[in-house]
Amino acid sequence: MTEKRTPKLDELQKGKWPSFVTEMKRAAVKSPAAAELVQLLEKSYEERKGHWKHGGIVGVKGYGGGVIGRYTDVPEEFPNLAEFHTMRLNQPAGWFYNTKSLRDLCDIWEKHGSGLTNFHGSTGDIIMLGMTTEHIQPAFDEFSEAGFDLGGSGSDLRTPSCCVGPARCEHACYDTLEACHDITNEFQDELHRPMWPYKFKIKFSGCANDCTASIARSDCSVIGTWRDTLRIDQNEVKAYVEAGLDIQAAVCDKCPTRALKFDYKNNELNVIPEDCSRCMHCINVMPKAIQPGKEKGATILLGGKSTIVQSAFMAWVIVPFMKMEGDYEEFKDLMRRIWEWWDENGKTRERIGETIYRLGMGKFLREVGLPPVPQMVFRPRANPYVFWPQDEIEK
Amino acid sequence: MARLDQGPPHYEQMLPPIIKENYGKWRYHEIPRPGVLKHVSETGAELYSIRVGSPRLVSIEFVRDLCDLADKFCDGHLRFTARHNVEFLLGDASKVEPLIAALTEKGLPVGGTGASISNVVHTQGWVHCHTPATDASGVVKSVMDDLHDYFEEMKLPAKLKIGLACCLNMCGAAHCSDIAIVGVHRTPPRINDEKIQKGTEIPSLVASCPTGAIRPNPKAKSVIVNEDKCMYCGNCYTMSPGMEIMDPKNDGCAILVGGKTSNARTAPSFSRMVIPFLPNNPPRWPEVTEAIRNIIDVWAANARQGERVGEWIERIGWERFFTLTGIPFSDKLIDDYIFSRETFRTSAAFKF
Repeated sequence: MTEKRTPKLDELQKGKWPSFVTEMKRAAVKSPAAAELVQLLEKSYEERKGHWKHGGIVGVKGYGGGVIGRYTDVPEEFPNLAEFHTMRLNQPAGWFYNTKSLRDLCDIWEKHGSGLTNFHGSTGDIIMLGMTTEHIQPAFDEFSEAGFDLGGSGSDLRTPSCCVGPARCEHACYDTLEACHDITNEFQDELHRPMWPYKFKIKFSGCANDCTASIARSDCSVIGTWRDTLRIDQNEVKAYVEAGLDIQAAVCDKCPTRALKFDYKNNELNVIPEDCSRCMHCINVMPKAIQPGKEKGATILLGGKSTIVQSAFMAWVIVPFMKMEGDYEEFKDLMRRIWEWWDENGKTRERIGETIYRLGMGKFLREVGLPPVPQMVFRPRANPYVFWPQDEIEK
Repeated sequence: MARLDQGPPHYEQMLPPIIKENYGKWRYHEIPRPGVLKHVSETGAELYSIRVGSPRLVSIEFVRDLCDLADKFCDGHLRFTARHNVEFLLGDASKVEPLIAALTEKGLPVGGTGASISNVVHTQGWVHCHTPATDASGVVKSVMDDLHDYFEEMKLPAKLKIGLACCLNMCGAAHCSDIAIVGVHRTPPRINDEKIQKGTEIPSLVASCPTGAIRPNPKAKSVIVNEDKCMYCGNCYTMSPGMEIMDPKNDGCAILVGGKTSNARTAPSFSRMVIPFLPNNPPRWPEVTEAIRNIIDVWAANARQGERVGEWIERIGWERFFTLTGIPFSDKLIDDYIFSRETFRTSAAFKF
């Protein structure tokens, strides 16, 4: 195919932000498919529409997910894009890499694919973008040899991800990397072999700042917290005062529950323990002086998802506090019970949050065996329409 | 043959020695300059993280460039963030400036920390998706070119997170961003009976419609759409290629603002629609970049220190937001879907 001009895309090589078009053209030097992708995208820019068809089923031996079939709708014009599949690789927890591993990935991808990739996809995987069907198995074999495994796709456990956690953050209330790694390994079957009504995502954030956006982006959100009281170092409080921080305005006045009292006379900051809702604001502003409590664990929230179909849902509290230590058996057991209930009750392409919304939290809590507590709601119901269980009615 | 179910590589083998030694011991962090985080451990160790913007869609040559820099400056270690940034990890403060110089020479922006705009979380768009209503990488590139200074400097009232989803499936989960750009359709699907007959499960297709606008058409072994009930979500097209919904003349972007996921100060919140439609105008999407620049400039000029976009708007009131930004309000911004009522103002207290 003769090289055509790409005036529209060339515009996007200008400007200060690094250019994906430049990256596509770099890949195009070695890959005829990447070269055609540049041309196909130019066509999309001219016509203002995409040129990809619905995926067909492709994959590797032994798995049901991890590879997403992709075919252009104009294969005559772009024969190298007739098959242009995606392979998802499960990232190491916390997205840490040594360069040896990254170079291995690049070398394998140069051999088997387009040389284009996403570091990373929205769910967290390394996305290998564009390969033909015949390369899928050999590429997987080599990625596997290099120590990598496939991520999730379809109606399975999607690749869990976590924040940087104790590897580089003072706020982490549990070991997000270890939890993510351990739990990902526990549920390899669920991750690689789709068997549920729909997808299920888990994200691990070490504190309520929620750097993985787990509450919005995962069906199960695991957010680090503590059960006792903030720890305040009064010497460091005084140091912040000396450095010019207006503690009353920047910290106390912004505390959502007015749980912090600043003593001007002695330059001391005190917390009313039972009023603190552990939102992280004061700790974010004064990390040297304020620390989470000592009895640490996580809040488990369920039901988060994006817009399609019934509107976006934010995940809601189902377990206010759970220790996240050892073999994580309490968490794993909860996941198994939830998945079993969802398998039993969910409709096809219904996320867990939608199933619970359709059938009611009461039924979900009773059948999964979770005790109802006020931490689960902002406020109780305003209507009197209670579905009374028959055994609570006098007959 | 591949080893099945071996799982991801263990993170421990990826950690630089300074992190292994100080794992769980970090005491606090500071931002000595935009794009640089300094974490201090209770052992006294200091770790510098240099945050770098990436276009997300990259070549393996880009990844090899990163490796070269990490080998030269960071003993062969680096990480990526949840928002597609790259982070170089240094135990030696004297290497910070030389590394930044090397990054700048390669045209890689250093920033995205503190009160700045972080990298845009986004989807595949026309590059590789079968259901997009707009492109992803091109819109993001245009927006970030325009907002580049806000990435490299920390002069905003608070952190700013932008997300882009190229259709309502929202693989980019843009729905809780300070500013969300969302690809939208505006016309009902065009039914292709032949394609539907070829392998679409009709009951699943009918069930996929959230408003019940699709019903079976037994005669044609296909379906019929009640166009008055269709709100163009595209879920049926995800189910069947016979429900062609892409419409170059009418597809475009909606802008939603004020979402956040952090629990700090206020509860996590959804982004709310403020502009229902802007045209797809490649390669630079000027209408989108201008709209976003306007919202950010008005927020930066009016918000109090530390106020995220949504916190600022909730304090001044949405009615004031529309006055200050000059964005026209219309009936399209009033919810008429399932959870609409909770957004109606059931109070006589408001501002003019």
